[in-house]
Amino acid sequence: MLVCPKMIDIETIREDFPILKRELDGKRLVYLDSAATSQKPNVVIDAVSEYYRMYNANIHRGIHTLSEQATHAFEKVRVKIKNFIGAPDSREVIFTKNTTEAINLVALTWGRKNIGEGDEIMLSPMEHHSNLVPWQMLAQEKKAKLVFPELTADGRLDLQSVENLLGPKTKIIAITQMSNVLGTIVPIAEICKLAHANGTIVLVDGAQSVPHMPTNVQELACDFLAFSMHKMCGPTGVGILWGKSELLEAMPPFMGGGDMISAVWADRFVPNQLPWKFEAGTPNIADVIASGAAIDYLSKLGMANVRAHEIELSAYASKKFSELQGVTLYGPRDPELKGGVVSFNMDGIHPHDLGQIVNEDGVAIRVGHHCCQPLMRQMDVMGTARASFYVYTTTEEIDMLVDALQKAQKVFGHVAVR
Amino acid sequence: MSLSDELYRETILDHYHRPRNQGELKGDNVLSVDGVNPLCGDELTLFLKVEDGKVSDLSIKSRGCSINTASASMMTEAIKGQSVERVNELISTFKDMMMSADEVNVPEEFEDLEALQGVKKYPVRIKCALLPWNTLIEGLRSAESGANPHMVTTE
Repeated sequence: MLVCPKMIDIETIREDFPILKRELDGKRLVYLDSAATSQKPNVVIDAVSEYYRMYNANIHRGIHTLSEQATHAFEKVRVKIKNFIGAPDSREVIFTKNTTEAINLVALTWGRKNIGEGDEIMLSPMEHHSNLVPWQMLAQEKKAKLVFPELTADGRLDLQSVENLLGPKTKIIAITQMSNVLGTIVPIAEICKLAHANGTIVLVDGAQSVPHMPTNVQELACDFLAFSMHKMCGPTGVGILWGKSELLEAMPPFMGGGDMISAVWADRFVPNQLPWKFEAGTPNIADVIASGAAIDYLSKLGMANVRAHEIELSAYASKKFSELQGVTLYGPRDPELKGGVVSFNMDGIHPHDLGQIVNEDGVAIRVGHHCCQPLMRQMDVMGTARASFYVYTTTEEIDMLVDALQKAQKVFGHVAVR
Repeated sequence: MSLSDELYRETILDHYHRPRNQGELKGDNVLSVDGVNPLCGDELTLFLKVEDGKVSDLSIKSRGCSINTASASMMTEAIKGQSVERVNELISTFKDMMMSADEVNVPEEFEDLEALQGVKKYPVRIKCALLPWNTLIEGLRSAESGANPHMVTTE
């Protein structure tokens, strides 16, 4: 399919995001922290308020009109998400509160049931703590082992190393599709081929990838996919776990409570069917419904267009950063191999100080370890500064970042050369 | 004066670029305490020698931001050679200076430390400034009780 970059009409898009008009101390907001959370378009903000104003009711239990409307709106989103990620069946779409909970769900149900002493769990060295700590906890409990394939010097995953590590004990590979630090895109389809040939299942942490590129779980052939709506124009508080139904069916329930049961006696219960088996208690109804508006919004733009826009921004940023002195960039350089993320350090300026100085010009970037402490140790840095882009990001904003960075160099250089 | 001029005053940058009493202190009766800021990854190790009720020597090995490094550097200058009693007073004055909304009268030992008052406007950075001091508190506690020091964290 031919993708025309003009499909993204940046000015119209920016009109949809009211926060982008905000000024901070007289400076226009330059929001370059979308990898942490994206901004929300009016349609999403309005969907939250419309639910509370018009049909706020609990779902799956009322016989009255409001409850029916709420249930209908809620379940409709499940179908939208199924379509968005190319899943075969909406019963495989489970709502959680975030990616972290989705991954913990798998570790605590599938993991507890299927991982035993001496088994191996393969993770990449660039996992976010949310796709690392749950597996550390499981490994501790089961006396299992975590194994890590290598990264190449430019921060790509070494597939040969994945293949070498795969063995009879490797039960699961839990891996990010896009590094939140380096932007590295991991070739999931190839990993799934290697894994499945070995009888290993694959969980994909899609928190960074699903918001920024087309996703099709059947083409990827993964077994689980976890992601969060708040990084893709949706509200906070909604995560998605997609899993193959045969795996989900065989897993024990996660949390106990209402909605996850089909019958209860004083001393026992029968779990509900998919997907509700994994959705105990009143869910985040308003935000799930508003997530539907976010899915519609992104679908209308077209995920291939979103990706094309970010490739363009990455290429532009890469060019602009190469004009700066004393900058170290991390991760792959080729914009086709990475997401819309620039991770960097500047000589003699701690990322914390950098974040603070650019903030004065209204520029919001993330600084620190990005919830990836093991990767930071491997890179031998305390942290990095990270600028991350989305559909509403402009090349002009990248210019403003670069100007602000030059200002930071002046602030710090002043004393150094005195 | 822009905010960053106020925060990144020359005194602070001078201590950041040339931190005083940096490095590992060796010898008998030196205890070491680690301090970390898990939010930004700042790490420091404080080496402390307490003899006859005095902080006879101390040094700091750190990897941190400007505020953290400068605060540590200034702290070592302010307390080196002082009695433990005086050091405790200085710690509490420094905490007051960083936490209270009002201007705090600072003692003469605080000549440079006063520059850190600008940090008050940036709540996230206050932790950076306090980390060396909280690590010192743990070091003094350990010196007094003889118990092994715990790692100090900002969280």
